[in-house]
Amino acid sequence: MSSTIALIIIGVAVLFIIGIKLLASPKTARLGNLVAAAGMLVALLTLHKPTGEYVWSQGWPLNYTLIAIGTLIGLVIGAIGAYSVKMTAMPQMVALFNGLGGGAAALVASLEFLKPDREITTFIAVTMLFATLIGSLSFSGSIIAYLKLEGKFEKPMTFPGQNILNGLILLVILGLGVYLTGWGANTTAFVVLFLLALFFGVAMVMPIGGADMPVVISLLNSFTGLAVAADGFAINNLAMVVAGTLVGSSGTLLTLLMCKAMNRPVTNVLFGAFGSGGGGGKGAAGDLGGKTVKPIQADEAALLLGYAQQVVIVPGYGMAVAQAQHQVRELADELGKRGVEVRFAIHPVAGRMPGHMNVLLAEANVPYDQLCEMEAINPTMDRVDVCLVIGANDVVNPAAREDKSSPIYGMPIIDADRAKTVIVMKRSMAAGFAGIENLLFYKDNTRMLFGDAKASLQTLIAQLKAS
Amino acid sequence: MDTNVLFIFILSIFIGFEVISKVPSMLHTPLMSGTNAIHGIILFGGILVLADAAAPLARTLGFVAVIFGSANVFGGFMVTDRMLQMFKKKKK
Repeated sequence: MSSTIALIIIGVAVLFIIGIKLLASPKTARLGNLVAAAGMLVALLTLHKPTGEYVWSQGWPLNYTLIAIGTLIGLVIGAIGAYSVKMTAMPQMVALFNGLGGGAAALVASLEFLKPDREITTFIAVTMLFATLIGSLSFSGSIIAYLKLEGKFEKPMTFPGQNILNGLILLVILGLGVYLTGWGANTTAFVVLFLLALFFGVAMVMPIGGADMPVVISLLNSFTGLAVAADGFAINNLAMVVAGTLVGSSGTLLTLLMCKAMNRPVTNVLFGAFGSGGGGGKGAAGDLGGKTVKPIQADEAALLLGYAQQVVIVPGYGMAVAQAQHQVRELADELGKRGVEVRFAIHPVAGRMPGHMNVLLAEANVPYDQLCEMEAINPTMDRVDVCLVIGANDVVNPAAREDKSSPIYGMPIIDADRAKTVIVMKRSMAAGFAGIENLLFYKDNTRMLFGDAKASLQTLIAQLKAS
Repeated sequence: MDTNVLFIFILSIFIGFEVISKVPSMLHTPLMSGTNAIHGIILFGGILVLADAAAPLARTLGFVAVIFGSANVFGGFMVTDRMLQMFKKKKK
């Protein structure tokens, strides 16, 4: 490698590192994304083959036309996906892009591994097999995560001996890997490994409930990063090693941070099969026995809100589904005009992805200073007159504090129940994503406002304007 | 094997941990999306294997890899920018 190429790669690595660093702070996040993109562009324009030849000075054989067409197709797919996706469906989009990256990593490794007449060391063979395995399971796993977020089979799918079966598949994969490393490229064995890895990705994600998909996507994101780094080793491309590793390690940390926000160890998310382990939760629901919920009509709710001094709004996935973020802002503005102090309480894992609510409310132009984090709002909850819960469920369930047998026991929640009055906007009495009965709905100070969140909000706003 | 590459690999692990150690939870999604775009560098892997592909099957698979990688990298950066654009707009 010439020193010029080395210098360029160092520059690219620095751009990626600074990009991620800037992404981690609200003020500079957008710039950070652009810096990372600039790094990518530099890397593309200066791309060299492992042998040191400059890629774009090789004349223009057929393969280059294919590269141009392929890149263009990918660009169009990416642009359409990125700009047409609704803000509520962002998590799915990230899952899809991640899956495509994983698939590409697996294909690149496969092609390198099955190249005729190659001479590679054991170490390189291992990195190629690793990239194939991780990349393809990230591909299939991301697609399952995408489907789960789209509402297809979002319930955890479990059967007895599942973890044992998955363990066996993994053993077979490892066995095949050892065989392929030691005894050269047997195409059949390789294809079997590839298919098993794809299947393993499905088997790994299927038993995990839809509510945990953010953690899964973050984990698969770091997996893809590692697969890309392994590919970098295999085809001797330093920029890929650096970029892939950065994503791999920062993604791992991000996954752990997300689990921390939910107060659950990562092993519990991956192997715990949340919903099925909810026997304790169902028991708690039984205890509710005679308790019933108290419904409220929109006009009364509007009255309560209009004459409150302090209102806290807790948005959740229901708001995202109903596309009600604009109505939520309108309601907050209307209340603000009447002198009501309105704040939004954002649970770190409300919605389907951490920060999901921030993104949606930002889209609706809710000012930053009205958004409060859970830790900031909980100590003030006793003074709040009305807490309006819009489509949030598990993140306000007091069972996390009170019911030791509940699967979500110990998860930090927004203490909505401590407000003087709680109004819960909900479509029906269906359980939340975690499949657990919500004790909040049965509290004495809770009123249920049934109906579509958007329609209910519009009624509330109309009532407030009229009064 | 070139041990320098391994050296860089190990250091990158630590840098990756270090740069995001203090990130507010509201930025988790954009950060995940942004790093997702960065591993779209796999596009270059696709370009490099397709550039040298000779057999029809290798060409086809390399072509698919380039499409996938390209969608990952372009879509990833664009979707992240779209998310962050909204954070910025209402800062004033």
